[in-house]
Amino acid sequence: MTTAPNHPLDSAADAWPDLVTAALLGTDRRPVPAPLDRAATLALARRAGLRPGPAAPPTPVAAADHRPPPPEPARQRLAMLLPARSGSGGAGQLANLNELLPQWLAAAARHGYRCPAALVPPLLDAARARSELRPDAVALAGPLGRWLADRNPDWRFVLRTPGTGERDAAAQSAGQDPRLWQEGLFAERVTYLTRLRRRDPDAARELLRGSWASERAEDRLLFLDALQEGLAAGDEPFLEAALNDRAKNVRATAAELLAALPGSALAGRMALRARDCVSVSATEAGSRLTVHPPTACDPAMQHDGIPAASPTGRAERAFWLGEVIAAAPLDTWAVHGSPAELLALPVSDAWQQDLRDAWARAAVRQGDVPWARALLALPAPDPIPVGSAAKLLAVLPTDERARWAAEFLAGHGLAEAFQLLVACPAPWPEELGRAVLDSLEQIAETGGYPWSHSGVVGVAERALPPQVEPELAVLADHAVPAWAETFARLGATLRLRAAMLAELAGRPVQVAVRAAGPGGRSGRPV
Amino acid sequence: MEDRWTPEHVLSLAPDAASRKSAAKLSTPAPWSDTGSDDRALWGWCQGSGGTPYRTVVDLVGPAYQCGCPSRKFPCKHALGLLLLWSARGTGRAAAPDWATGWLEARREKERQQHRDREQGRQRAAGPDGEAVRPEAARRAARRAERVDAGAAELQARLADQLRTGLADAPQQGPASWAAVAARMVDAQAPGLAARARELGAVPASGPGWPSRLLEEYGLLHLLASGYRRVDSLPTGLAATVRARVGFTVDAAEVLRGPVVRDRWLVLGSSDRAEERLTTRRIWLRGSRSGQPALLLSFGRLGTAPEPALPTGLLLDAELAFHPGARPLRAALGTRFSAPVTAPAEQAVPPGLSLEAALDAYGRALGDDPWLESWPVVLERVVPQPGVLGWELADSNGPAPVAIPVDRRSTPDSGLWRLAAVSGGRPLTVFGECGHRGFTPVTAWYADEAASDDIRFRTLGVTA
Repeated sequence: MTTAPNHPLDSAADAWPDLVTAALLGTDRRPVPAPLDRAATLALARRAGLRPGPAAPPTPVAAADHRPPPPEPARQRLAMLLPARSGSGGAGQLANLNELLPQWLAAAARHGYRCPAALVPPLLDAARARSELRPDAVALAGPLGRWLADRNPDWRFVLRTPGTGERDAAAQSAGQDPRLWQEGLFAERVTYLTRLRRRDPDAARELLRGSWASERAEDRLLFLDALQEGLAAGDEPFLEAALNDRAKNVRATAAELLAALPGSALAGRMALRARDCVSVSATEAGSRLTVHPPTACDPAMQHDGIPAASPTGRAERAFWLGEVIAAAPLDTWAVHGSPAELLALPVSDAWQQDLRDAWARAAVRQGDVPWARALLALPAPDPIPVGSAAKLLAVLPTDERARWAAEFLAGHGLAEAFQLLVACPAPWPEELGRAVLDSLEQIAETGGYPWSHSGVVGVAERALPPQVEPELAVLADHAVPAWAETFARLGATLRLRAAMLAELAGRPVQVAVRAAGPGGRSGRPV
Repeated sequence: MEDRWTPEHVLSLAPDAASRKSAAKLSTPAPWSDTGSDDRALWGWCQGSGGTPYRTVVDLVGPAYQCGCPSRKFPCKHALGLLLLWSARGTGRAAAPDWATGWLEARREKERQQHRDREQGRQRAAGPDGEAVRPEAARRAARRAERVDAGAAELQARLADQLRTGLADAPQQGPASWAAVAARMVDAQAPGLAARARELGAVPASGPGWPSRLLEEYGLLHLLASGYRRVDSLPTGLAATVRARVGFTVDAAEVLRGPVVRDRWLVLGSSDRAEERLTTRRIWLRGSRSGQPALLLSFGRLGTAPEPALPTGLLLDAELAFHPGARPLRAALGTRFSAPVTAPAEQAVPPGLSLEAALDAYGRALGDDPWLESWPVVLERVVPQPGVLGWELADSNGPAPVAIPVDRRSTPDSGLWRLAAVSGGRPLTVFGECGHRGFTPVTAWYADEAASDDIRFRTLGVTA
């Protein structure tokens, strides 16, 4: 063994490894005077003499986010809505808080706020678990979110999620690395394309055209889907070319996009075919629609995206008729009268239902309000089926949707209304809110169970307008216990949501002043 | 401007996650009426799902809670909901109504009584009969001293034996043999020695470099045992440190009968660690006049939050009594003279040290108490960054950028990512414990540009 230095601290750095070696082998074999005293002295010297080490290469700084943060109360609300950190209390969450988080995020994104820095990690964690939150979460997290995602693999989804909001999309794609398109994962490439499409539709299409031939069929299909946003006449040549694609799905999608593009050559071809199938003829009893469905699906029809056989096994002629009518521009029929007039005409043979279904599909695809309105107005005994109605409703302006749904509720009750209610965006107008509450009250009075209507109650939780809150309080007071609880919870959610939206808008929320004495019901905020 | 707590702080008072969620639902104005607050308390009526509303009162000094609800949770969701409401938007200043003042006054009176009792206790202790100890207690103490002494001797022999045969096969021996020694130390009434002996059994499984770490612990445990065996000849402070490390405890009441330090204590941070049936809360303070650091330790059983709860960044005018020792740190909270107040803007961020100076501070503290694992310090202008070898705090202010590793044992991943998020790669002020295993971050101060021009500083609790 080497000689120990006179003072143990003189060369602690050398003495320590020697002492460790001796300790491992045993001091019987490697004698050291007072080894434990020595170990204590040297250990202390090592600890007391600790110095910082060289740093890793410095991290680049996150880009500044110049958007304002939400007002303080809104920030605090978000902190409470986000699932608790470190796993404590992730389970057993209450449904209404889960519902409120997406609404908070959507409203904050509309206001153009940025997420406060300290809340970005829990926000990204929440969005990682719930993909429906991602577009708003990514938009709110902004450049800091992307900076964090570069460092934490758990948050990689941020790099392949387009955020909501135009301003943000522009900011995002402006800073995007074109290499992502060349080398990125598929989802990252779709995101790149989607962001570019929002900023510069033509550039996005040309980018896609550049690599089109070398893309795989399933990728071509999804890239084509990305062109749906911002579809314009400039896209027609590219889409026409895609009608000759090797893959059937790609051809069908291209045809669908072209059919939705007013004035496209394909739309014109479909209009001709449609006029061959359906004509207006005058008889003694007045006008009627004469229907001659196609007798064959010729190569030209197939080229325009009409399959030779129905994928669901419908009768061939009825299927081809439906495809042609649904793809033909609705203004093809304008010469014969208004949508309502056309729908009122008798139809030859048994084609009425097929014709209406096809027109409904065309109205949805082309977003045609007058047609949607006329179809929804079809009277009993042959009203439009609820499934189609829900899709048609989405075409109408929101207040009109709600009015229609409210009338439907008054006539039919809640049983079939779920899809329709989902089609009416939150928050519902007061009228629809009242209609839903009336229906729920009826069910409660006739002995129904709240859990049999959990779907409707769930949508109501998200979409009931704050104005109906006092009615909920009255309902809660008079209903049987199970329903009282349901109504009370709906009321609590409504108040929380109203407070939340007011906070985001920077409006004060007022505290009630007690009207009655102790024991009475408290006054409620206006 | 009224000083209100942050909702993070309010939620930290909750006994469990379910209470946090229920409280969040009661944090809107709707269920509340007749709310109000003054400098020390807030109150209001909460309308529940039916029936009579509950009267809820919160005493901010403490804090303490009073609510008419039957909940066994403490604090209940109503008290937390009221605090959240107040935290987010205030409840309007008012004079406390009669139904609140009764309870509040009773609490004040109790506090004043405790303060008087402690004063009298101190005077008695300083008086001629102060040192008189009852003979029975003295005999018990002497018996324990003998036992501990025998335990310490046995431990020293055990350490020396192990070292003679060599540590090389420690990994094969496993923790069992040291667990047996620890049990003997428990019998010898030396729980401090027992805990350290038990840890020796775990070191060989702690990864590369274990021989060096194990030998350090051998040396320091030997130093403690031999220190105890001549404890009567040590200077008073060091003797107290050795006794405390060996496992002689002094309860808070006794500490408070000793000398107290009144100061305006800045709350630097707090951290809760949940063990099986117990939550341990650490609150770090620094005297704004004395510069003296202090650590308050408290415990809460399941379903009860530990007391006290002090919001980070606030100033507390109070008396602290330090547990005796060569390097006083742990303290007991005595009389509080007011509810905590927000530090003035120019003191919003505490002054801090460079990494070099922080390690020096730990080194100097070791000179007084060699068994210190770490020392509380505030670091200035450091950048938290994830690296290949783990997280580190980097300091680029000197000629060459330097860094110290983050001690991950009591720092959750989520906390480090939040720390990274508020930094965004820019330097921060960070409070934490600096020791031989690295730095444990507890609180970060960061600028959060508000819509207006004034930059306000926020704090982030890293371990929360």
